Amino acid sequence: MSDLEAAYRDHWGRVVATLIGLLGDFDLAEEAAQEAFALAAERWRRDGTPSNPTAWLITTGRNRAIDRIRRDRTHETKLRLLEPAEAVEDEMDDATFPDERLELLFTCCHPALSLDAQVALTLRTLGGLTTEQIARAFLVPEQTMAQRLVRAKRKIAAAGIPFRVPPPHLLPDRLSAVLATIYLIFNQGYTSGGTLTDEAIRLGTALTVLMPDEPEPLGLLALMLLQDARRDARYEDGALVLLADQDRSRWDGRKLAAGRTALDRAAALHGAGPYVVQASIAAQHTEPVRDWVRIAALYADLATLTGSPVVELNRAVAVAEAEGPEAGLRITDGLDLEGYRYLHTTRGELLRRLGRTAEAREAYRRALPLVSDPPERRFVEERLAELG
Amino acid sequence: MKYVLLIHQGTTPTPAHPEEWAKLSAEEQQQVYADYQALNQTPGVTPGTGLQLPETATTVRVQDGRTLTTDGPFAETKEALGGWLTYEADDLDAAIELASRIPAARMGGAVEIRPVAEW
Repeated sequence: MSDLEAAYRDHWGRVVATLIGLLGDFDLAEEAAQEAFALAAERWRRDGTPSNPTAWLITTGRNRAIDRIRRDRTHETKLRLLEPAEAVEDEMDDATFPDERLELLFTCCHPALSLDAQVALTLRTLGGLTTEQIARAFLVPEQTMAQRLVRAKRKIAAAGIPFRVPPPHLLPDRLSAVLATIYLIFNQGYTSGGTLTDEAIRLGTALTVLMPDEPEPLGLLALMLLQDARRDARYEDGALVLLADQDRSRWDGRKLAAGRTALDRAAALHGAGPYVVQASIAAQHTEPVRDWVRIAALYADLATLTGSPVVELNRAVAVAEAEGPEAGLRITDGLDLEGYRYLHTTRGELLRRLGRTAEAREAYRRALPLVSDPPERRFVEERLAELG
Repeated sequence: MKYVLLIHQGTTPTPAHPEEWAKLSAEEQQQVYADYQALNQTPGVTPGTGLQLPETATTVRVQDGRTLTTDGPFAETKEALGGWLTYEADDLDAAIELASRIPAARMGGAVEIRPVAEW
């Protein structure tokens, strides 16, 4: 990565956020930021990187936007708002601009926007991904993604979605929306193998810096790091490798350590929300010897927090390890997850361990039409072959 | 920003359906009246006019110059508009907060928030 690409990565979200705060207009801010980075490519190469690159980019972007507004008379009212700011143009090096990434993140993840739009907007404005890159990551035509972004920005302006960090009584709900969006970005990268996992970890890290006293962002960051650390070991020659059989030397030690540090910080803040609990489970799975009683208890906590039958299914797996397959099987009996492939593969595995071969075969057969991922399919087919 | 809040009663019991309305306790009924009163007195709110039941609606279309009149509301009866109010507020969050205080939102209906077009 060149210095400029690195600068783009590091500064884009911060520059766009502040410009939106100043200009009150997403498109204008993005265009201004683009121009500022283009100018930086020229100037920084010639004159060297300024001492405060962020301030340089924001000031340059703001000045470009003012030029643009002057040319375009429809923006006259906005110009009036900017005039006082323009007076301090000469103080570029000393200018301190508020970091408004948090305001931007909460705006992008406002529940009045569809989840698809939240994800796209977050990746575009904070992550600095191009429309084409986002479209490719989510397997939709570029035109579709471009329209999605245009509509989302139009809605923010037309419906009056505020550019701010929500007040305390709205914060818990709104923060979970932000965390869900970042985790969705991570999961998209995790399943499709793209760079979105890095992007999500970057966003998650920024959130923990911006909200240092909130445990759930730390929990989410820990969860992503601990999962991502094991990514390379999940497959071997295109076949799925179960956690217990994974080659631990292929786990990313740096990410594991960073994940554990984030989790420790969340624990110090007495975090016990869903992401902290999920990260605690992920951390347990990286221990040399897994404590299944502890894992089952964590899944019980998570089930209480989420009320999700999928979490109950996971608890069943942990209970089966701690107390035997029969105890696990009993939990799966009550679950309404007929269309969920892992219900059937889990039951198949537990029944196989109990020597109930015919029932195990039946369970794996039910899973088969529900599995589309090729390595997972191979895994189920192998199990069926073993069971005769 | 100026918003119109469109109130869809859905299955909300209202005095227009005396049988359903009677299923509410006296306290619940009083609460509904009190909530609407509080809403109408909220700064920035301009109360709309109430509407009679969707069953009384008539829908009109003009096709090839002919006026076609049909019985009933444009939307499904259960999704039909029941009333509205306008709200002058700082932003969408304020409008969402007001909408969540409208009894229909918690009693089986929903409230749609539409920003007013300014030309």
